[in-house]
Amino acid sequence: MSIEVRNLSRRFGAFAALDDVSAVFPSGKLVALLGPSGSGKTTLLRIIAGLESADTGTVLFEGKDATARSARDRRVGFVFQHYALFRHMSVFENIAFGLRVKPRRERPPEEKIRSRVHELLGLVQLEGLAGRLPGQLSGGQRQRVALARALAVDPSVLLLDEPFGALDARVREELRRWLRRLHDEIHVTSLFVTHDVEEALEVADVVVVMNHGRIEQVGTPDEVYERPVNAFVCNFLGHVNLFHARVHEGRAQIGTLEVEAPAHAAARDRQAIAYARPHELDIERTRTSESGIESTVVQILPVGPIVRVGLRRSDTGEPFEAELGKESARRLGLTVGERVFARPSNLRIFAEDYVI
Amino acid sequence: MARSRQIRVLPGFGLSLGFTVAYLGLIVLIPLASVFLKSATLDWGAFWATVTAPRVLASYRLTFGVSFLAALVNGVFGFLVAWVLARYSFPGRRLVDALVDLPFALPTAVAGIALTAIYAPNGWIGRLLEPLGIRVAFTPLGVGVALVFIGLPFVVRTVQPVLEDLDAEIEEAAASLGADRWQTVTRVVLPTLAPSLVTGMAMAFARAVGEYGSVVFISGNMPMKTEITPLLIVTKLEQFDYAGATAIAVVMLAVSFALLLLVNVLQSWSSRR
Repeated sequence: MSIEVRNLSRRFGAFAALDDVSAVFPSGKLVALLGPSGSGKTTLLRIIAGLESADTGTVLFEGKDATARSARDRRVGFVFQHYALFRHMSVFENIAFGLRVKPRRERPPEEKIRSRVHELLGLVQLEGLAGRLPGQLSGGQRQRVALARALAVDPSVLLLDEPFGALDARVREELRRWLRRLHDEIHVTSLFVTHDVEEALEVADVVVVMNHGRIEQVGTPDEVYERPVNAFVCNFLGHVNLFHARVHEGRAQIGTLEVEAPAHAAARDRQAIAYARPHELDIERTRTSESGIESTVVQILPVGPIVRVGLRRSDTGEPFEAELGKESARRLGLTVGERVFARPSNLRIFAEDYVI
Repeated sequence: MARSRQIRVLPGFGLSLGFTVAYLGLIVLIPLASVFLKSATLDWGAFWATVTAPRVLASYRLTFGVSFLAALVNGVFGFLVAWVLARYSFPGRRLVDALVDLPFALPTAVAGIALTAIYAPNGWIGRLLEPLGIRVAFTPLGVGVALVFIGLPFVVRTVQPVLEDLDAEIEEAAASLGADRWQTVTRVVLPTLAPSLVTGMAMAFARAVGEYGSVVFISGNMPMKTEITPLLIVTKLEQFDYAGATAIAVVMLAVSFALLLLVNVLQSWSSRR
């Protein structure tokens, strides 16, 4: 089922948690709502679930207005960060809950409930644990019970609020890959909230980047990472180097480097900021044509399979960082204090309206 | 063979343990044992006759019956008070919160006089109830009112912290799974609170069984009708029937002990969940 939100706004006192947000979440996709804390992603999720209401705006399920529908009538499965399992009920009863509270005429017979719960226990790989209480399970197991419980009622949408936030790093990684595989099996439209970039990029089909109650960009993980639409997205999605530059009639000048900037053809001698990720910088000893930023090596840090090279621009003194493979670093044989040229293989240039 | 001696980091184990045992013995165990000893001066037949005399049996019925009913009433309304205090914030919440403890702190005789004054046929509330044919003071109902009064804080103070710990997400989860408000409360909230509610009611009951001060004023102490067991003990003492008094005391002691056991079992049950 597709979900659409139109012009949603929600304020908490003076704080705008959501500021005129509109978006369409296509059917059957796994969507990540990604953003720093306070960006409104959880509020958006809770409004879609009906657990909170928007001040203005509408929520549409399959094109039909669902704004006035209560949480229990929306048929959404909601998974909470801290699981919210019923601790006095066994795993079996937790999963069966949604089926047991159905109105009498819709409630499946006992053996149907039994087989459905066991099917779900199989799906989340917890077959042997039906009789346990939630208190006797590990965090990862509890989250899978919470997921099975949400799936029991055949929700048309699955909403997950920081589903792996309370787990330790290793379990988290395992569980998110497992969620990806599960989604490939069941194809229910799913939205999950996260502030972990790696998680969003790895798991989601579509990433929605949010900041200050607004949506900054919607795209595939590749799109938002490789072609961020603005400086915030570029900066939030991974470590970047920032270079002050000037743009003039479609060309950008960064120190000794001059590159084409077709997006800024109309600009006349304007300040701009160029971003390049550390792994997108090559280091050369000699200046080939005009394609390098002249700089000095200030630090060389081998970290596992890569070598981080700390550099300083010769003209402005701005520090930045490059990442080399161990092999190419060895071949280059850099020393601290040496003069080199950094050549970006990918550069994103934004006119200066946003400063980190 | 070398004598091994356990080394303890905290000093004074022997001394403090000795003191603890002696103290508990002096304050708790010896007086209680003396009750058994004193009642043992009666032979079995006399003991049995004393503790099963019709007037005594009537007092058991009143004490345990009304205490049980009072505990039930407190279970319902104490839960409500705890719910309001834990769930809502309103002006004067802290004042109401403090009021709940008043029955704990108030001398029971004061409570008794206060209740008698307003529920007596010429008291503020008694005057209004009299035309309706309801008499509170000097009836079992009055005993019940006093026992509800002193038992309330036990229920509120055991349920309230558990209710405050109860995550709002639990109820949101139930709602998103399609449960209505009634199903959420009966299937999710109440079962989670049940152990603490039962514990609080058991404590209110235990307290009510032993209550004396607040009851004797409002009950009127009519034999066979509004006479509670603790009062019977006092009556027997005043008649210098020490053995008879201790015989009834032994029965009360046994019941209290059983209740204490029950409360502890309930508590360990609720902490396991």
